[in-house]
Amino acid sequence: MRQIEVARVTQAVKAAAITANYEPGADLLAALARGAEAEESPSGKEIFRQLLENARLAKEERIPMCQDCGLAVVFAEVGQDVHLVGGDLDQAINEGIRQGYGEGYLRKSLCHPLTRANTGDNTPAVIHTEMVPGDRLKLTVVPKGGGSENMSRLFMLKPADGLAGIKEKVVLTVEEAGPNPCPPIIVGVGIGGNFERAALLAKKSLLRELGQANPDPEVAAIERQLLKEVNDLGIGPQGLGGRITAMAVHVLMQPCHIASLPVAVNIQCHASRHQEVVL
Amino acid sequence: MTKTVKLIAPLTDQDVLQLAIGDTVLVSGVIYTARDAAHKRLVDMLAKGEPLPMELAGQIMYYVGPSPARPGRVIGAAGPTTSYRMDSYAPTLIKLGLKAMIGKGKRAPEVIEAMKTYKAVYLGATGGAGALISQRIKTAEVIAFPELGPEAVHRLEVEDFPAIVINDCQGRDLYEQGVREYRRTVAR
Ligand code: SF4
Repeated sequence: MRQIEVARVTQAVKAAAITANYEPGADLLAALARGAEAEESPSGKEIFRQLLENARLAKEERIPMCQDCGLAVVFAEVGQDVHLVGGDLDQAINEGIRQGYGEGYLRKSLCHPLTRANTGDNTPAVIHTEMVPGDRLKLTVVPKGGGSENMSRLFMLKPADGLAGIKEKVVLTVEEAGPNPCPPIIVGVGIGGNFERAALLAKKSLLRELGQANPDPEVAAIERQLLKEVNDLGIGPQGLGGRITAMAVHVLMQPCHIASLPVAVNIQCHASRHQEVVL
Repeated sequence: MTKTVKLIAPLTDQDVLQLAIGDTVLVSGVIYTARDAAHKRLVDMLAKGEPLPMELAGQIMYYVGPSPARPGRVIGAAGPTTSYRMDSYAPTLIKLGLKAMIGKGKRAPEVIEAMKTYKAVYLGATGGAGALISQRIKTAEVIAFPELGPEAVHRLEVEDFPAIVINDCQGRDLYEQGVREYRRTVAR
């Protein structure tokens, strides 16, 4: 058994939350640069240019990329040979979020669902813990904006709807979202599992390096077809009209019940932020 | 042909009537921030006949919840939030003289209708460019509802704050027009 002090978890989550909000990943920057080249609409090109400039300013001037510093989603992959000591894992993660959002001058965006009173420290995080082989602890902090999360949808399709039905729902979701989720977006799609698993697959697909295809050629082909259909909508950067509505479509798929075909579409705005740490 | 127009807030009817969808505006002067919770409070105050913390006539409302300012800075990141969540409140404010709203995303038909009737415009700022946009904000001061945190009402002084006219006083919609030009599939 390898021992890990939960205080290290707090430190790691705190640092990751800050870095994620100030330092856009190389994959995102590359995708924005490709977009600035490839976009045909003049206003769309200008948006890509602004987003690249925004990313540069964020890092150099220490201003968060986006004022919506997100609800903090944290994926914790705990090796089964890890022994966590010194406290409770969830509390340690939330303490990291509390400190990161406080000391990092990040916006606190969580509130009571009915009274709407702000919790004041951006907690609680939404934590997904998974046991995996090994003696490491991997933490991925994903600040997720409300604007794009609001445009996400879940569909319980009939098996007869098949791939055509899946495509129709993905395209419909992006079309209805239009300019709202700050396109250019990344579309995360979860196919299969059940009600809650489909949503989690969609979210997890967004952790993949931007623009990397699914290793399964069958799924990769679905990703390519969906990307084309989504971009044929013509919504474009910020919804002003253009060729690039989505920079990528990421799909994760797993078996489902013989009666079901769950499909979840998690819309990710261009402020795609995730930061990984391995302890 | 679209044009670039410099606007100084507060605005007159003439200021907004000259604008057409697709025009770029550079806003200078004083604007106010409000998002979900602040809008609810403002409209509740109006219903009770209480005075508002700001004048509405001729003003510009910016839908934003900025991130906290670092010491020595004016404000943190300050890009627009999605506007449809303010749609149920906007017509009331437009009726009372609000001349422009800055946000991102589609507006409801009732809001577009109110803009037509009472001469107001809806301006789109680049969503997710919060660091970039913050550079155009020169002063920021919370003037109401400080307990709402990021949702408090701020008075901002801005200089050449860039936005695009999405809905003009003729009831036109840039989102619809822009998409039509690039769409390759048949509209459902
Ligand atoms: S949708 Fe994304 S980019 Fe747009 S305001 Fe929200 S977090 Fe920022």
